[in-house]
Amino acid sequence: MSAPVVEVTDLHVSFPAVEAVRGVSLAVYPGECVAIVGESGSGKSVTARTLLGLTGEEATVTAGRLAIEGVDAASFSERQWRSIRGRRVGYVLQDALVSLDSLRPVGKEIAETLKLHRAVPRHEIPRKVIDLLTEVGVPEPEARARQYPHELSGGLRQRALIASAIACGPKLLIADEPTTALDVTVQAQILRLLAERKRAGQALLLISHDLAVVAKLADRILVMKDGVVVEDGTASQVLGAPEHPYTKALLAAIPEPSTRAPRAGEVVIRADGLVKTFGKRTAVDDVSFELRAGQTLGVVGESGSGKTTTARLVLGLLQPDRGSVEIDGLPWTGLSRERQRELRRHIQVIYQDPLSSFDPRFSVRRILDEALEVGGEPRKTRLKRAVELLEQVGLDDSVLERRPLKLSGGQRQRVAIARALAPRPRVIVCDEPVSALDVSIQAQVLDLLVGLQAELGVAYLFISHHLGVVHHVSDHVLVLKDGQVVESGAANQVLTAPSAAYTQELLAAVPRLDTNVSLARRAS
Amino acid sequence: MRVRAGFTLASVVLALITLAALAPGLLTGSTPDAADALAALQGPSADHWLGTDANGRDLFTRIVYGAAPSLLAGLGATALAVVVGTALGLLAALGGRAVDEIVMRLVEIVLSLPTLLLALLVITVTGPGTVNVIFAIALYTAPSYARLVRAQTMVIRKAGFVEAATSLGLSRGRIITRHVLPNAFEPLVVLATIEVGTALVAAASLSYLGLGPQPPAPEWGAMLSAGRDYFSVAWWIAIFPGVAITLTVLSITVVGRHLQRRIS
Repeated sequence: MSAPVVEVTDLHVSFPAVEAVRGVSLAVYPGECVAIVGESGSGKSVTARTLLGLTGEEATVTAGRLAIEGVDAASFSERQWRSIRGRRVGYVLQDALVSLDSLRPVGKEIAETLKLHRAVPRHEIPRKVIDLLTEVGVPEPEARARQYPHELSGGLRQRALIASAIACGPKLLIADEPTTALDVTVQAQILRLLAERKRAGQALLLISHDLAVVAKLADRILVMKDGVVVEDGTASQVLGAPEHPYTKALLAAIPEPSTRAPRAGEVVIRADGLVKTFGKRTAVDDVSFELRAGQTLGVVGESGSGKTTTARLVLGLLQPDRGSVEIDGLPWTGLSRERQRELRRHIQVIYQDPLSSFDPRFSVRRILDEALEVGGEPRKTRLKRAVELLEQVGLDDSVLERRPLKLSGGQRQRVAIARALAPRPRVIVCDEPVSALDVSIQAQVLDLLVGLQAELGVAYLFISHHLGVVHHVSDHVLVLKDGQVVESGAANQVLTAPSAAYTQELLAAVPRLDTNVSLARRAS
Repeated sequence: MRVRAGFTLASVVLALITLAALAPGLLTGSTPDAADALAALQGPSADHWLGTDANGRDLFTRIVYGAAPSLLAGLGATALAVVVGTALGLLAALGGRAVDEIVMRLVEIVLSLPTLLLALLVITVTGPGTVNVIFAIALYTAPSYARLVRAQTMVIRKAGFVEAATSLGLSRGRIITRHVLPNAFEPLVVLATIEVGTALVAAASLSYLGLGPQPPAPEWGAMLSAGRDYFSVAWWIAIFPGVAITLTVLSITVVGRHLQRRIS
């Protein structure tokens, strides 16, 4: 076997307040993909940054061995690191819009790396840039090279970023959450691109919170928690026969389709022919659906498909150009603002980012108190009800006087759910309610939503770009593309045997664990 | 460390001035109008710490008693400007496009006029006195508050928590008083704290020109003005009221900046 491109043993990285990485060892060989999986704060990104000398001045790094292409890098100076970055180790970050210079065309950005490391003679740079863009699958590379990052789609931006990372032919490519910000079909394209690089002999270190993404690519998987590697093995070992409880928990947290017995309730929301245009763009184009009490209607689609506009129309925060929404058989759109306000408590909302949906000055107690006041709860019993609500969402009264800023992401979303429940609504619109959460927290919040529905009979309009999540909670599904419904029906029907080409494409793009892995998981 | 010392010193000065304004009797045993012709134009001494003026009145006592009217003009003008400015800012931000245009153009007109000239104009029309000074100063300071509140409100009304409150079913009025205003207010308080100093100097300037409280009322600007004629023989009559004004404004600014850093 050839020598590893990067090898590190017993790596410790500590910051003044916290020891972020404790005793991590790993090696990546040419043509191999090693993945580090863990939730935020697990130390996975810090580990990756150490291999680029990017831990920052505050950090103390010690390692038994830290070698890049056989050269001891443990005592590298900042200058030596700079010669490594880009040339020996390429780095791809999550958000290409932030990582690329917004004031420079992407071609210039890629050329910069080439110039810096004198990788090719100066006069060949323009041609090399085009070659690189072609290599990462950017169509019309000459035209794209002249465009600025904001003029490109998310997928093209990510490709440009990868082109820039591989410009000088580094042996190791580190990709930190390279697809997290992308839509599922684009994600699949980027994963395919990375797989091609791997086949071409590139050593790949992939950092992700998503085991399903990693499953497609990784030969070896390290699971990290609190700075320690809790499990380390080949992909089939880790995914098929996980040993550590944390790995099992992570696997179990991947939302699985649930077979739900359809429960028939009365129609609580009826949307009929909704149309909404913004200027020349039609955001929502003839969308109709029914939502029954105690049921969940999943709305899926990629960014720009009209999901959120549909939600805002249903919430009465936007007025449709045509079409109407009825709540409980009563007209809702077209009512006067005053009349609509009286009915609002019947339809509540949970946002993707709960923090921004809370007044920063308010404590949890005031947040709930306000929602209970709207629901007509008498002042005397509000505190008691607030504590009951907190218990219902799995929190206790110790959070009452805290401000949301001091709560964890999962706790915040629980408070948001408690607030939504406070006026005893008939419907809750959930707009990407778990997209900003770590996977294990995601599973807990989804379970909580499902449990509350069984208990209270509330209906959910559940909006998400994540098909697994939607499949997990929904009875019925609506697939949106460019503002139009391309497919709708029972969740199991649509998400297992889709008839529309677009739905098939969406489903095919979803990263999945192998079937044998799923079976092993069910058996355990 | 130096910052901390400055802040402590400023706080002590402000505390003393506040005490002088609220309970001058605690700091001096004398009264501001007690004239003693035999003791006229005496320099600082054990009997008269800061000397006496042309009428033999004790300067220290007059400065202590002068704290209340001097502060009143600065604070009053700022308070009035904040109230009027907030109302105008809210109106501009929430009243629709036409209202916004009208209010903001008015605000810009006022801001484009030389401030002192505007104040002189107002007092020429209304006549001298503390209340009129307050009006004159508030008139030209209110526009900057209006601008700040308008900008803040426009940002906050788009905030997630305002939409959340709307979805919850809160009325527009409730949302404004409970969520928009309190959140818009924080930077306003900081601006106001610093602007109190500016208003104070403006009020003292108007008094210096004889447009504020009339003699024999002890007011720092007016006292400074009265000391002008005796400057070559009794420098203390003009200097000490001037020092009082400077110290107050300086202390307010230091404390205000400290608040600003704490909040942002």
